[in-house]
Amino acid sequence: MLEVRDLVVRYGAATALDSVSLRIERGEMVALIGPNGAGKTTLLNTVCGLLAPASGSFQLDGRIVQVPEGRQLFGDMTVEDNLRLGAWRVRDRDPARVFGVFPRLSELRRRVAGTLSGGEQQMVAVGRALMADPDLLAVDELSLGLAPMVVDDLADHLLRLNQERGMALLLVEQNARLALQLCPRAYVLEAGRIALSGASSELARSPAVQVAYLGGATDEAAT
Amino acid sequence: MTLFLQYAASGVATGCAFALVATGFVAIYRVTRVVNFAQGVFAVLAGMLAFSLLGWGVPHILAEFVAVVVAGVSGAAVGWVALGRRDTTPLASLIITLGLGIGSYAALILIWGDQPISFDGLKGNLLVGGVGMQAQYVMVICMTGVAFAALGWFFNRTYIGRGLTACSSNPRAARLVGIDVHAMGLVAFGLGGALGGLAGVLLTPLQPVAFNSDVGIAINGFAAAIFGGLLRPGAALIGALVLGVAEALVAGYGQASLQSGAALLIMLGIMVWRASRASVLTAEEDNA
Repeated sequence: MLEVRDLVVRYGAATALDSVSLRIERGEMVALIGPNGAGKTTLLNTVCGLLAPASGSFQLDGRIVQVPEGRQLFGDMTVEDNLRLGAWRVRDRDPARVFGVFPRLSELRRRVAGTLSGGEQQMVAVGRALMADPDLLAVDELSLGLAPMVVDDLADHLLRLNQERGMALLLVEQNARLALQLCPRAYVLEAGRIALSGASSELARSPAVQVAYLGGATDEAAT
Repeated sequence: MTLFLQYAASGVATGCAFALVATGFVAIYRVTRVVNFAQGVFAVLAGMLAFSLLGWGVPHILAEFVAVVVAGVSGAAVGWVALGRRDTTPLASLIITLGLGIGSYAALILIWGDQPISFDGLKGNLLVGGVGMQAQYVMVICMTGVAFAALGWFFNRTYIGRGLTACSSNPRAARLVGIDVHAMGLVAFGLGGALGGLAGVLLTPLQPVAFNSDVGIAINGFAAAIFGGLLRPGAALIGALVLGVAEALVAGYGQASLQSGAALLIMLGIMVWRASRASVLTAEEDNA
């Protein structure tokens, strides 16, 4: 689905990504965790074609669509407009297929996106990305600023999309607990390099991940 | 009282033309965040071109239509130069439009000379609500109404219109969903050019245009546009009508030479008022 090889991305003299390699299989759910400024969003923007790599390459088999950090809605436009604009690259602009996934959005379709609650806005952001019929959905900070219950609900929806449609998912998260629970496999990005990678259950047990991302050195987080 | 109504009616008509120019400013600024200082040139160009076409025997309506289309194309061309490479800042673009506007004087003088020119619009007078109005004034008002209705439909009902609004609403998100923000900027510049051109062909029968008439047209259009903070076409329309009537009254009861002074004073007043609530405005934008 996505194969990233030795990717290097620079902002001027600063190196944001230093030889990053990563792989996502078709229909797979993969988490990318790491601290603020590690380069997670840079990686996402590069594979979405918004940034040019200095060296290295990536190969994408299908369409990747990003749900950006902070949602980035068209705040003064309606929910329906937001969804329809998500289909800019594709032919089918009927938002009905997203209403099938998020029935709540059908009720909110005439509302101005900027007036919705955070969870509803995140729903619109995911819905807008779905309008472009992604084969790989890249979600940047799904949980940012949202209540745990709202996050769980959204995570359920993503899981269903993956199970029912075989849509691959790349979940970029600072909330490592959520990411490791939802995705069977994960990468840890630190200071522009892949520090660790492997099965989420194993990563969750490793002391390094526990101390840095799961808030403790106990075994609790692994369960 | 009749005199007052006549002044007001002519003010509404010129205000409508200002509104077209102002909406051009707004359309361009919303999508690109560039103030297009060449905006008045499109009106002059279209007015002069229509004059020539009519002189060659091209019938009315067709001549005006061609002039508006040419103004639209030159608008897009100005946009193409001004927007330049992908990371040109809006300030740099603004300065380029200023340069192109002044540079265009040379071309206008070479083609049409340095004397004001005009052509006949609609002849005769119409009686509207007991007030005698030149038919051309009525035509300007009607055409502006049509243009605004068409713009409303374009921006609210068409997909590309929503795309333009999306660029204004959140350029980053627009890029993410695959909208070519740069190309949309060119569309906006083309639209701005056509709107300026429409103002030009409507105004030229009322006020002869010379190569440097763009300054007065642009000042009035800009003054109207900042009523809505360069972002709201409806507010720009209201601003333009207020400005048009105020100037007609100043010219009617005072002196015609004080007209532009009225526009500048109103503009200055708004800028001071807006600056005094600038902190509130930025807070609002941060929340949006």
